[in-house]
Amino acid sequence: MTARERVAGTVANYVDERTGAAKWMKKNLTKVFPDHWSFLLGEIALYSFVILLLSGTFLTFWYDPSQREVVYDGSYVPLQGLHMSAAYASTLDISFEIRGGLLMRQIHHWAALIFMAAIVVHLMRVYFTGAFRKPREFNWIIGVGLLTLGIVEGFLGYSLPDDLLSGTGIRIAEAIIQALPVVGTYLAYFAFGGAFPGEAFIPRIFTVHILLLPGIFLALITVHLMLVWYQKHTQWPGPGRTEKNVVGYPLMPAYMAKAGGFFFIVFGVTAFLGAVASINPIWLYGPYNPGQVSAGSQPDWYMGWLDGLVRMAPPLESHIFGYTIPWNILIPGLIVPGILFTGLALYPFIESWITGDKREHHLLDRPRNVPNRTALGAMSLTFMLVALVNGGNDIIATTFHLGINQVMWFSRFAIFILPPIAFAVTKRICLSLQRADRELVLHGRETGRLLMLPHGEFVEVHEPISPELAWKLTAHEQAPALALEDVDDRGVRRAGGLKNKLRKRISQANAETIAKPTLNDLKEIEHH
Amino acid sequence: MSNEIEAIKDPGLPAHVHRKSDTDPVAEKRAERQVAILFLISALGTLLFIFAYYFIPEDVFFFFPVLGNTNAHQLFLGLGLAMALFFIGAAAIHWAKTLMPDEEVIAMRHTMRSADEDRDALVATVKERAGAAGLGRRSLIKRSMGLSLGLIGLSPLVLLRDLGPLPGDDLTKTSWKAGTRLVTDPGDRPIRPEDLEVGAVAQVLPQHFGEERRLLSDIAKDAVLLIRLRPEEFQLSPERLSWTYDGIIAFSKICSHMGCAVALYEQTTKHLLCPCHQSTFDVPRAAKVIFGPSARALPQLAITVDSEGYLIAQKPFSEPVGPSFWERST
Repeated sequence: MTARERVAGTVANYVDERTGAAKWMKKNLTKVFPDHWSFLLGEIALYSFVILLLSGTFLTFWYDPSQREVVYDGSYVPLQGLHMSAAYASTLDISFEIRGGLLMRQIHHWAALIFMAAIVVHLMRVYFTGAFRKPREFNWIIGVGLLTLGIVEGFLGYSLPDDLLSGTGIRIAEAIIQALPVVGTYLAYFAFGGAFPGEAFIPRIFTVHILLLPGIFLALITVHLMLVWYQKHTQWPGPGRTEKNVVGYPLMPAYMAKAGGFFFIVFGVTAFLGAVASINPIWLYGPYNPGQVSAGSQPDWYMGWLDGLVRMAPPLESHIFGYTIPWNILIPGLIVPGILFTGLALYPFIESWITGDKREHHLLDRPRNVPNRTALGAMSLTFMLVALVNGGNDIIATTFHLGINQVMWFSRFAIFILPPIAFAVTKRICLSLQRADRELVLHGRETGRLLMLPHGEFVEVHEPISPELAWKLTAHEQAPALALEDVDDRGVRRAGGLKNKLRKRISQANAETIAKPTLNDLKEIEHH
Repeated sequence: MSNEIEAIKDPGLPAHVHRKSDTDPVAEKRAERQVAILFLISALGTLLFIFAYYFIPEDVFFFFPVLGNTNAHQLFLGLGLAMALFFIGAAAIHWAKTLMPDEEVIAMRHTMRSADEDRDALVATVKERAGAAGLGRRSLIKRSMGLSLGLIGLSPLVLLRDLGPLPGDDLTKTSWKAGTRLVTDPGDRPIRPEDLEVGAVAQVLPQHFGEERRLLSDIAKDAVLLIRLRPEEFQLSPERLSWTYDGIIAFSKICSHMGCAVALYEQTTKHLLCPCHQSTFDVPRAAKVIFGPSARALPQLAITVDSEGYLIAQKPFSEPVGPSFWERST
């Protein structure tokens, strides 16, 4: 035994006698994780969160969360002598007086954008591959919760500098609160400690931004990861992979090194962006003043869709019995997002209701093999994309020399017309890809080699594909539509007829598929 | 031959293919050197970071292609940090990919569902324990507990009451009163009609007295935009026309949609545009909404001149300014 092993042994013994961790550690250090690039997306979100905690802590050392008015006397000449909030002045100081302060501010902001982007792309991966199915519905809901909190946390974060751009964002948030029927003005006065903007809001959202929400994040992320650990990761179908096993690499050492190394890669890339790519240059905007605004006001990208919806809303407002209901704010600002996020959270349950499938699933779906789900995803993304594009309608109009009205009218129609088109097109593409898979399994790969037959005919030589690929392309199930009878076996109409009818129709649409090739098909071809 | 449908068979996990570094000692040595070099690049990055922090002055700018005019201190500090971090990651991953074991292993899953006997035992235990606590029997305790827990849930709501005052009629009032002088913003100078040429725009606030600086929450309601047209360009009702003075018309600058400052005036079309959500208001027709999400015209402020020839408000705003709210009656 070398000296090093002796020391390690002593430490391990000390810990184990006090915690009994040896058994657990032994089991978990060899835990198997399947490998695929798409499983790294969630990791990017996790690492960005760690970067946000580190860089954010640095920023709190100098940031002064106060709307007390001060006169700026720092080194940025254009703003010298201006009255501004201490929050804005301290953010300028972080940018200009603290060495590395601007770097950390930019790393923090970039990390927030990457965090949100990674969450969204991770969500798309989980959605399109069916990784949310039983037993992972809880984790799906936690994920939707993290996405929602991330949007709020990001908004509060970029509101903290109290510059002209972010103050305008707060003004809009205040208008949304104020628009709520009955309680709106009360909630707004409570949130702002009186009339907008007051001096209470920035200190309050600072506490929420650095304590309350990060705490909830930490708790939810912990549960999210523990469930992944406990339920074991999903895997792609392939040779040797079944619903009952998990094929991959043990945690120690390769997976540990890869995942740990990947943290440094993500941090390194974020630091690179922070070094070379200017983001949110607040000194250009000036301090917040409710009587001023800068043209081309844009929120961060993950809020852009919401702003886009608000922009395209028709000018609807009800005046009833001396009360006002501003639908032009409530519908795009609260009702539509509420429906979208509730639907997103409930999707696993909706799908399992349609398919009647209550079994556990650990093998992922290839998106093409579930055309309806994939098409619904494409439709939702199209909706969000039109909304996001309209959130930048002023920039688009000036960049491409279009009228702002043209862009707005385009969006107002496109938000209704394009999503269904995306659904239909995506579904057709999925079915075509299924057809291509079938073709490939049955007739093999086109080699590009031409052969002249003795009687002069030219044919292309096809090469059979490997048994591994053939299995991969046919491993999925093709469940038939639900057989829901309108009448029971005694000929009596069943209760809930309309609901059943709907379920049956969706289930039938869901089961539309190209039959996957079987051994029988292959044998038949050999006979010819 | 049977007619049963046979699915294509799972060929099983393919045989492991060894990497070059597993079999060739030269390749193994090379991989080891590559990992070491990557770690060394990271160390160089940290040195660059420290050097930049202490020795590159903060006021040196230089031209860098693509980036434009760049601060040297900030750039090299960041690049050093990025290098230091990125290459640790690159080294670890290269190490894992070339030298650490890469044989795929198979672990078995178990269903999430517990065994039936465990589930039954749990139900039995819960029933027995709950029974021992008498939860089912002692309805007096159960109900009083429900009451107390329900009530204590209200206490945070009570405690949060002092977050702010009640709005009262605050949202319906501004600082504008009959006779309040219009002063420039910035500058706080009273203005005369002749200070504004036809086609010009000016932002004004109500004249402010006292030592204290103007509150932002007052500006958020008081900001007003003056626009001068030729009097014959107005298409106003006689009442609204009497609110203008010599071609000068005054509107609240706070958008009737979501409260942004309506700051863009297009002289040729005489439209006011809110840059936040593109609500567009037609100035000659009393800032009527002609496009965008806003449902209401901008409130108009009645103006005239006082005996000294300065512009003043005839009376307060006749309706609340800014975004809509529940209690707003139109």
